[in-house]
Amino acid sequence: MTSALLLAADPLYAQGVDLTALLITILKVVVAFAFLLVATMLMVWFERKLVSDMQNRIGPNRAGPWGILQTLADGTKLFFKEHINPIRAERRVYVLAPFLSFVPAFLLFCIVPVSGNWANGGDGTVELFGRTTYLQLADPPVGILFALAMSSIAVYGVMLAGWSSGSKYPLLGSVRASAQMVSYEAAMGLSVMAVVLVTGTVSTHGMVASQAGDGLFHVLPNWAVFTTLLVPFVIFVIAGTAELNRPPFDLVEAEQELVAGFNTEYSSIRFALFFLAEFMNTVTMSGIFVTLFLGGPSGPAPIGPAWLWGCIWFFLKTSAFLFMFVWFRATLPRFRYDQLMDLGWKLLIPLSLGWLLMLAAVQLSGQQNWNPVAVGAGVILMFLIGWSLLRSANAKARAVHLGEEVNA
Amino acid sequence: MPPKFEKPQVPGMIKGLGVTFKEMVNTLKPDSKGGGPVTVSYPREREEPAPRARGVIALYEENCTACMLCSRECPDWCIYIEAHKYLAPPRREGGKPRAKNALDRFSIDFSLCMYCGICVEVCPFEALYWSPEYEFSEFNIKDLLHDKERLGEWFETVPAFEPYEAGSEQKVKKVPG
Repeated sequence: MTSALLLAADPLYAQGVDLTALLITILKVVVAFAFLLVATMLMVWFERKLVSDMQNRIGPNRAGPWGILQTLADGTKLFFKEHINPIRAERRVYVLAPFLSFVPAFLLFCIVPVSGNWANGGDGTVELFGRTTYLQLADPPVGILFALAMSSIAVYGVMLAGWSSGSKYPLLGSVRASAQMVSYEAAMGLSVMAVVLVTGTVSTHGMVASQAGDGLFHVLPNWAVFTTLLVPFVIFVIAGTAELNRPPFDLVEAEQELVAGFNTEYSSIRFALFFLAEFMNTVTMSGIFVTLFLGGPSGPAPIGPAWLWGCIWFFLKTSAFLFMFVWFRATLPRFRYDQLMDLGWKLLIPLSLGWLLMLAAVQLSGQQNWNPVAVGAGVILMFLIGWSLLRSANAKARAVHLGEEVNA
Repeated sequence: MPPKFEKPQVPGMIKGLGVTFKEMVNTLKPDSKGGGPVTVSYPREREEPAPRARGVIALYEENCTACMLCSRECPDWCIYIEAHKYLAPPRREGGKPRAKNALDRFSIDFSLCMYCGICVEVCPFEALYWSPEYEFSEFNIKDLLHDKERLGEWFETVPAFEPYEAGSEQKVKKVPG
């Protein structure tokens, strides 16, 4: 019973766990891990190449065609470099921290549905060695909460790395990291809740299932980005970028201020693990975006096997986000620390909370057959009241702050 | 005065995203359509340096009188000059023999040089020149100390003087043939 609870909805374990199910699971683990490593490798190359294009440079072009093997070459080099332990480092934590960063990055990917038979009302299952299963590593009942948990654990990696290095720049970087990730996680969680509200499930598979198929007027797909009315999507993308510590939210490793931030003291493969985790997180976070808001691997399958089209749609959607990340990096200047906190606490959290309540009200009114005009008017009224309250609170806070500065 | 109506500006962020995207498209376009990166893959392709590029300092030994001005003005003290005096025969019949400086050593340590060009500016006898050559890296730092023979070889690469642009200071430096 416990195993059924843990492994949950995947029909692979419907008749209990036998040898075939075990082998299929192991196969899925290996494939997912290899896929993620290759994707990370390509992402590093993609980013370097694209940024160089945006800066009118050539970029890596030595290793392999178009320099595509550059990451492999760098990784091989890092393997043979010396481990350096700073004399003031907290040895055990210092060694542990890269893994605390790397392992959650991989685990996060486990719950992302990569493919499946979604076309023409399919339920996302495929036949694998005579067994029916999902094309995702795990579909735990906690679903998307697992993703939030893993991204919280990844904060420990950054925090402990900075603290245990026994040096001031990493410490500053890790203090910034923990503050930033904690404050943006709230906005992120609230926008995830909006998706949970409209799809009615926390399981990632269920989310994709409810987003597959036709939506509004049979023109738009039934993606959560439309059904939650865009705002949670925008908030989630901003908060996700902040969660990944990618530009313009890269205060954690602000090169101009903190050398390299939390990983300054790290060298060799331990540094590579941080680097890998960062890019792996970028890939997985794009996968999470796609799962939550863009219908995951669902999409039409004109010819050929449907699972292949699932892969193609997933790849295309994810690549769009990866391109977006690189584009932001090449363009946007870094936030100042107080601007970062302002954006997180004074804009994203109130807005996502208000939007969540609004969506809940709209859902409830639909179920209870309330007067839509009254509900709409109430929603607008509440938004205006909330906005003016927030504004006056901000103005008051600023006035008090300025007064303190003048009096001091 | 009533507030002037201003057209809403495109926020800088979106404008910036447009700029980077345009540059990316530009870089990815083939050379034949006026695209391509501005950099080159260096050892295989080389760019022609500007004619007055400050690559390396060349010495025209015959003009040097070992007056030591360059050596004294050098902020890095990277020019080493040694000379001895000798008596040259008089110019006119019955005149006094002339005391002249013979250059024994003239070395520039390019591991210290910061390519400021003060020595070239300060030389009153037009003995020092800029050459646009830039490929003289070495595996061993001591090989960056170029002696007067090496500096003389660089002189062969000094391009003929090109007149300055209109409006700039007219200090013409003649390069001896």
